[in-house]
Amino acid sequence: MTSPLKTPDTDPPDWLERRLPVMSLLRRQYVAFPMPRNLNAFWSFGAFLIVTMAFMIASGLFLAINYTPDITQAFASVEAIDRQIPSGWFIRSLHMGGVTMLFACLYIHIGRSLWYGSYKAPRELLWLTGLGLMLMVMVTAFAGYVLPWGQMSYWGATVILNAVHAIPLIGQPLSELLLGGDTLGNVALHRLFVLHFTMAFAILGVIALHVAALHVVKSNNPSGIDPVSPSQTLPFHPYYTSRDGFALCLFLMVYAGLVFFLPDLLTLADNYVQANPLVTPRDIRPEWYFAPFYAILRAVPSRLGGLLLASGSLAVLFTLPWLDRSALRPATRRPMVRLSLPLAFAAFMVLGVAGMHAPTPAWLLASRVAIAWWFIHFLLVMPLASEREMSS
Amino acid sequence: MTRWTRNLILVASLTALPACASTPAQRGLMVFQQVCSACHGMEHVAYGDMSSLGLSPDEIRKWAADQQMPNGTDDNGDPKTRPATATDPILSPYPNEAMGRLANHGLLPPDLSRLALTLPGGAEEIRQILLSYAPTPAGMTLDEGRYYNTALKWKHIGMPPPLQDGMLTYPDGTPATSAQMANDVSAFLDWIAHPHQAERRRIGVYVVTYLALMAFLTFLLQRRIWRAHR
Repeated sequence: MTSPLKTPDTDPPDWLERRLPVMSLLRRQYVAFPMPRNLNAFWSFGAFLIVTMAFMIASGLFLAINYTPDITQAFASVEAIDRQIPSGWFIRSLHMGGVTMLFACLYIHIGRSLWYGSYKAPRELLWLTGLGLMLMVMVTAFAGYVLPWGQMSYWGATVILNAVHAIPLIGQPLSELLLGGDTLGNVALHRLFVLHFTMAFAILGVIALHVAALHVVKSNNPSGIDPVSPSQTLPFHPYYTSRDGFALCLFLMVYAGLVFFLPDLLTLADNYVQANPLVTPRDIRPEWYFAPFYAILRAVPSRLGGLLLASGSLAVLFTLPWLDRSALRPATRRPMVRLSLPLAFAAFMVLGVAGMHAPTPAWLLASRVAIAWWFIHFLLVMPLASEREMSS
Repeated sequence: MTRWTRNLILVASLTALPACASTPAQRGLMVFQQVCSACHGMEHVAYGDMSSLGLSPDEIRKWAADQQMPNGTDDNGDPKTRPATATDPILSPYPNEAMGRLANHGLLPPDLSRLALTLPGGAEEIRQILLSYAPTPAGMTLDEGRYYNTALKWKHIGMPPPLQDGMLTYPDGTPATSAQMANDVSAFLDWIAHPHQAERRRIGVYVVTYLALMAFLTFLLQRRIWRAHR
């Protein structure tokens, strides 16, 4: 194949190249990097995630400059960001809208991996680092949500920390480490602020690992058959840079729509009431991205059981490359998975909706059916389907 | 009127009307200054924030200077005050919660900074409450400091009926009926509870237009690049 771009071998070695070959590395990894020809729009969500993370870190730094991590001043400092700090309302909306965009892209990105079997050999480490990133983003989002010190911040954190407390053996020391005392107060707010800030940069580090792993094993594609000859690939630039550029414009339009026109859509009005440990809100609701896990916690009568199932629902994903041994990747080519996986996606959404509603018997029943299907899909259908495919 | 249409009128009038005419939110500020502020504060809002409602710096300074801010203690340990400035918050007239409750039969007048956002019914609920006072029906007795109000679930409220026809004079000649003032002050509180909303939407239109143009151009670019390989 003749690349339209010069390869680093034919370039005259220059000063920088001989000392630190970053330019040739960038060229190899981001210009001439071979990509499958048949990627669809779902392969752009990784780029969306990187861009959203950049927005989150940039806006987060400016918020941190104006935020006071002290229970007497935190709420007022966030109000001042919204009202008096120049462009503070924009920076804060960018950060709050960014959380929603980040989680939406994460869930779609993971859903795409499940549908096209991107977690299978040789991409297990890519899958595991990605799931690790999701957990880190969840911890960061939880810590960040406490910082404005509104009613939902306080009571949501209380629910989560009580749940952490219920973990056998490590639960009590872990919740004490986060709280720094018996109740959620000033010490905890300081710790969660530091946790939130530190995790953001830890996430950057793991993103580097995730991308490095991707560049070793290369992208999966909708056919599930890795390209073998150079004629089946295209260089990353200009083919996928131009396509991601177009997709990013559409993505940013949705993001801007949230930030500029619907800033109240995704926040709970109760969080504009300052935290009050003496007044419990009528119903404590999580933000939408935690709703599926909150629904699991509520659907199980025992606190420890709920916690085990909620964390188990994520833990099964970590074991998936070994539960699903079949060499066939995309669900489109696997009759059983093609039926069962959309139902698992639907179960996740049912849990999300259930988590945002009051726990009526109907929602509890729907949650329990959904949880059951989630585990049936991963623990029964996937091993069974791969068993059949391997024997035939 | 829904919140949407009221905001639309606010945005349109802020941009289109001449400076002498006033919007509901601007008239509502007058109601707040002359009526509500006797008991309520907006502790997260600064006097200077009113500049985006069309108040001139002189008007803001004059209003602020009429209010007193706590200013530490003097040599005898007695509390001192000073005139407020544009950057000071619009505090409740009561120096602390206990004083506020003492003056209001044990109830504390709520802060108004975000009330139109945190009340389930929003600004419309505030308007309804202001318009739903009525004489206590025969056979019903209310505790001292409670007033009959049909907008509330328990049919009573701790706030005495605040509005009376003609209790203030609008400079633009709008008749200051109770209904008009209730309308105006709820528009004002809606504006206070959604800071920078007009500016947010104005900038949003530019940003989305720019992104739509970029989307169109990058679409053409990627189609041209990919055409060779189709």
